[in-house]
Amino acid sequence: MYAFDFEKPGSIADAVAALKDEDAQALGGGQTLIPTLKQRLAMPSKLVSLTGISEMQGVCKADDGAVCIGGATPHAVVAAEAAGDYPALAELAAHIGDPAVRNRGTIGGSLANNDPAACYPAAALGSGATIVTNAREIAADDYFQGMFTTALDEGEIVTEVRFPVPEKAAYMKFEQPASRFALVGVFVAKYADGVRVAVTGASESGVFRWSEAEAALSSNFSAGALDGLSVPADGMISDLHGSGAYRAHLVAVMTRRAVDAAG
Amino acid sequence: MTKVTMTVNGKAASGDVEGRTLLVQFLRENLRLTGTHVGCDTSQCGACVVHVNGKAVKACTMLAAEADGAEVVTIEGMAGADGSLNTIQQAFQDHHGLQCGFCTPGMVMSAAALLSENPKPTETEVREYLEGNICRCTGYHNIVKAIMAASGQDVGVIAAE
Ligand SMILES: Cc1cc2nc3c(=O)[nH]c(=O)nc-3n(C[C@H](O)[C@H](O)[C@H](O)COP(=O)(O)OP(=O)(O)OC[C@H]3O[C@@H](n4cnc5c(N)ncnc54)[C@H](O)[C@@H]3O)c2cc1C
Ligand code: FES
Ligand code: FES
Repeated sequence: MYAFDFEKPGSIADAVAALKDEDAQALGGGQTLIPTLKQRLAMPSKLVSLTGISEMQGVCKADDGAVCIGGATPHAVVAAEAAGDYPALAELAAHIGDPAVRNRGTIGGSLANNDPAACYPAAALGSGATIVTNAREIAADDYFQGMFTTALDEGEIVTEVRFPVPEKAAYMKFEQPASRFALVGVFVAKYADGVRVAVTGASESGVFRWSEAEAALSSNFSAGALDGLSVPADGMISDLHGSGAYRAHLVAVMTRRAVDAAG
Repeated sequence: MTKVTMTVNGKAASGDVEGRTLLVQFLRENLRLTGTHVGCDTSQCGACVVHVNGKAVKACTMLAAEADGAEVVTIEGMAGADGSLNTIQQAFQDHHGLQCGFCTPGMVMSAAALLSENPKPTETEVREYLEGNICRCTGYHNIVKAIMAASGQDVGVIAAE
């Protein structure tokens, strides 16, 4: 790692101020950023830790029933504290990486990083969540802008994520066994006004909504409604773990499984 | 350089660190607690697992500065003051849960975290909990057996295929 300074502010306002310095970068749980720094792929002058900011920690319920998660909340806390109000989201968090990764890695870090194989982007897009930052509120549909790319501006931090709670939902992940990231992961959520289907791990443009499946499931919420539907292999990630065609096939399989699991 | 102070295995410890100093470096190089190992340095193997405020973390993927003020427990804090092994360590010895021993500190720390959250885990729960701990020697069965035994459960039925 190149040398950098370290700061640990106690409030969002102080963190935003600290991030104004040139080449300062936010540090969540460090589960992605520290390995990146070790490879010298980034050279921040200063890391601003968000883990000491109590207003960015924990899970709560808003007046409208949405589940609100502080941007610096670790995956293990979401797994435990969201289990009652949004079990599909808690299950997703409970299967990210391994226990030690879940004790440090945060929802804000995961959404800011927007790895094309990460789990939380599927939950956020699949739930039509709102990403709250120090400056504004961003709808999930506008937030994800391609792999490792988001609507966040320089120095903007994810302070909270609000998930409207669906009638039914499930996340099905086909794990890449070495990394435990999703080779393909599908989040299906049924709301009163329709069904949302979000796919991670598969596309070269990052997490996306499978609108044909959404339309079919909105009129008939059963795996059978997906018969004959498929996504094109064009634009799917092709690597040593699986071809684009294989991933395209898995999208349909995991969507069915998610619908079955949601019940 | 900034000064960090933490409690390590019940004793106050402090030292000067750079922003980039990892917790595992601080433990091994400043405090000379070399029981915590570095297997991969890429957050994959779990040889570096320690407890920070009661939670298992990979000490190769946490900055020492982040642990300022924390309560840290390493493998050196597991045995009694007279060197007697704790229940988990003894079970690893009794059930041949180690061969070269390189992964063992991390395995024991993960096992201790599991048993404090879930005192009577099933075999599947033990295997799932160890997802981030890699052992290239044992084939895992005897590690699972040792952890089940340490939790006071019957180990006659553990798979050994
Ligand atoms: C072994 C292993 C297995 C993993 N498996 C999975 C998996 O199965 N599924 C999965 O989804 N992920 C997985 N991950 C990734 C893990 O979930 C990370 O914790 C997560 O991607 C990044 O979160 P973090 O808090 O650690 O962020 P950091 O590493 O601290 O930061 C990542 C990026 O986000 C920025 N950032 C951090 N917090 C914020 C914030 N609040 N606002 C704005 N920007 C911010 C940082 O500046 C940096 O650019 C795995 C990681 C490891 C090491
Ligand atoms: S050395 Fe930390 S996970 Fe391998
Ligand atoms: S005993 Fe050798 S790596 Fe596990």
